[in-house]
Amino acid sequence: MTRLPQIALLSDGRRLHLQDGPIDLIVEARGPAHEVRAAYEAAAHRFTGLLDELCAELPELRAAAEDRTALKGVVARRMHAAVTPYADDCFITPMAAVAGSVADEILLAMLSAASLDRIYVNNGGDIALHLGRGEHFSVGLMDRPDSDGLMRAMRVDADDPVRGIATSGRHGRSFSLGIADAVTVLAATASQADAAATVIANAVDLPGHPAIVRRAANELQPDSDLGARLVTRDVGELSQEDIAAALESGAECARQLFDRGLIEGAVLRLCGDMLVIGPKDIEEQRPRPLVLENAVDA
Amino acid sequence: METTSAATDKIRCDACPVMCYIKPGAAGACDRYANHDGKLVRVDPHVILERTVSQGGKLVPFSRSEDWDGKLVHEPSTFVTAIGAGTTYPDYKPAPFIVSSEVDGVDMVTVVTEGIFSYCGVKVKIDTDRYLGPETATVRAQGEAVGHVTTSEYGSQMLSLGGVHHLTGGSKKEGRVTCDTLMDLANCKAVELTIDGGASVVVQAGQPPIVNGVKEERMRVGCGSATIGMFAKQWHGKVDEVVVVDDHITGVLSEHQAGKLLDIADTGIKMKGRRSTPGRYFQVADPGTGWGGTNISDPLAILGPFDKKEAKPGLSMLMVSTTGEHSSYYVLDEALKPVETEMPADLKFSVERIQENCEPALCTVLFMAGAGGSLRAGVTDNPVRLTRSVKDALTRVTSGGAAVYVWPGGGITYMVDVTQMPAGAFGYVPTPALVAPIEFTMKLSDYAALGGHMDYVKPLSEVRGGDDVRPLPWQNPIPGPRA
Repeated sequence: MTRLPQIALLSDGRRLHLQDGPIDLIVEARGPAHEVRAAYEAAAHRFTGLLDELCAELPELRAAAEDRTALKGVVARRMHAAVTPYADDCFITPMAAVAGSVADEILLAMLSAASLDRIYVNNGGDIALHLGRGEHFSVGLMDRPDSDGLMRAMRVDADDPVRGIATSGRHGRSFSLGIADAVTVLAATASQADAAATVIANAVDLPGHPAIVRRAANELQPDSDLGARLVTRDVGELSQEDIAAALESGAECARQLFDRGLIEGAVLRLCGDMLVIGPKDIEEQRPRPLVLENAVDA
Repeated sequence: METTSAATDKIRCDACPVMCYIKPGAAGACDRYANHDGKLVRVDPHVILERTVSQGGKLVPFSRSEDWDGKLVHEPSTFVTAIGAGTTYPDYKPAPFIVSSEVDGVDMVTVVTEGIFSYCGVKVKIDTDRYLGPETATVRAQGEAVGHVTTSEYGSQMLSLGGVHHLTGGSKKEGRVTCDTLMDLANCKAVELTIDGGASVVVQAGQPPIVNGVKEERMRVGCGSATIGMFAKQWHGKVDEVVVVDDHITGVLSEHQAGKLLDIADTGIKMKGRRSTPGRYFQVADPGTGWGGTNISDPLAILGPFDKKEAKPGLSMLMVSTTGEHSSYYVLDEALKPVETEMPADLKFSVERIQENCEPALCTVLFMAGAGGSLRAGVTDNPVRLTRSVKDALTRVTSGGAAVYVWPGGGITYMVDVTQMPAGAFGYVPTPALVAPIEFTMKLSDYAALGGHMDYVKPLSEVRGGDDVRPLPWQNPIPGPRA
């Protein structure tokens, strides 16, 4: 049987769900009904076969990125372009930007087929946005609603340069070299946000700390692009000083990326503590005693 | 699904062109296919989806273009209905960013999180009439007290395990063992428990209990008296006397109301135990793991000598347990002593009928936890509003996508059948406390109302005054017990 992606509207009749292998997208477009329809058809059409395109170049996509590339696919090349700014300083493969790059591709396919007020393409938390004139998205930032939970929200306006949002951390599907619970990045595109979130999440770390359990990535997933590099499996009890130090290490990385113009902002979270980098207003949604709060605007 | 075994113990998944090599116990890049003991298995969240569809969940095919018409909806596609119209699929890992539209207030926000519960435990229902131990007896795992025997239910023994007292009130080891026990039970793993003054039992959600090394096959069809009532007509004319041996209420056909109605003659039988009403006897023996939940292996032990005035040689008697698992057939000799004889075919048939009417004995595990002030406070600045919203059915609570029963009264105390949840849904923190998935799904407008600080906030009173109070969606056929 030919493998075909799952393509269906969700039960609300408004959102489109696209799934194929590890790719899982939720898409919503707003605009005139016929435009939405055309956009969804374009998204479905582009999505069909997209995973095969990527897999055809999988070995190269899993190899450390270099300045020059022989990659051919448009999504593969976008992945490569998103990670190249980091290739000189650390090990990174184009896979670090796969989710965001797919989201960008589907968004572009929709935009080329229809005229819409606004669109989001959410690829498992890595999100590509389109905002027409005067439009905006309100984006909720939901931390774990347990004792250290925070609810925050921000607004992305059409005038902002932000069209991509991505989150990386040790709880996600991909392995992380760092210990961040989540690093959320705002950037011009989802692919750039995706790559940057990976890099910053890796930088939230306490090398050699005894409470952190690490394993070789390829022991866990034989074909991981990270090879034998140690990935975080568990984080034990950390002191407030440890948490602050790890966050600061990630924040320093984020500030550099911000200064280089690679990101528009970032929110770093570890063990209930949080750091905000960038000019974007991240509204706190509720007053609370800021015992663990440590917000810094760079 | 085919798999090709590659070098060593890895398997190669061919579900999609990524062709992941997957090690035993691990999942592929999609988190949907995993290597379980060398076999490729599908894991959540599709477990939930497929259940939804099989229960008549709503599918909305999106199909017009030739390229992907029809066929493309080849997999269940309503997973959002499994936990409501959440913005992201029911991942039980944190999904910190959720894009939502504030326009019209119709978009849904799903707060997908893992709650940390120190006020939590499991209620275990063990389908057996065998004696597991006295009520309130301590239940132990690895020698540590983890809970107690609570009031028994119909055909079942009940255990209440965990709770804040064992998790945090005892020794460090007690807390750790309790936490491990709860997590294993909640993750549908087998756990051996011993009961002070009682039995040892292996409990695993969805599996038959193993009591003192013996696997329980069936629940009893009814108490002994009920069994007499159910089968009296089928026995009438085929045997003179029937005794249904039961630790709770042993039934005697000739004395029972059902026998009287059929004009079954007295047989001169003399039962031990305490007569309740005619044909119904309490305490014919001590509780145990023998016949009908008693401690006897020879059923004649519960009979006294037959009354010489009424009994006659040649009188036939069937003795059977409430599950049909034990049965013997006797004929009185000249001295009016019952002598075991081969059972006639039509009586064998009636015993098989009892067996057939006994449902498979299972262990069921309901995880029960309370979403405390701090958890709720993580969702809103005014925690009680979340509680009220749940109670008013504006906010749906699910656990790993599974329907939950929310207790009436204060707080958000819920129960969920762990077999309805994704595999490995539970974790722990060293506090010790359990980490369980919990999702609150609500209308964005409701959420704004809950949060109180968003610019589109709508007063809760306004929401409550309107037509927005909806029935819970799982009043439609969504699987899982309603508890």
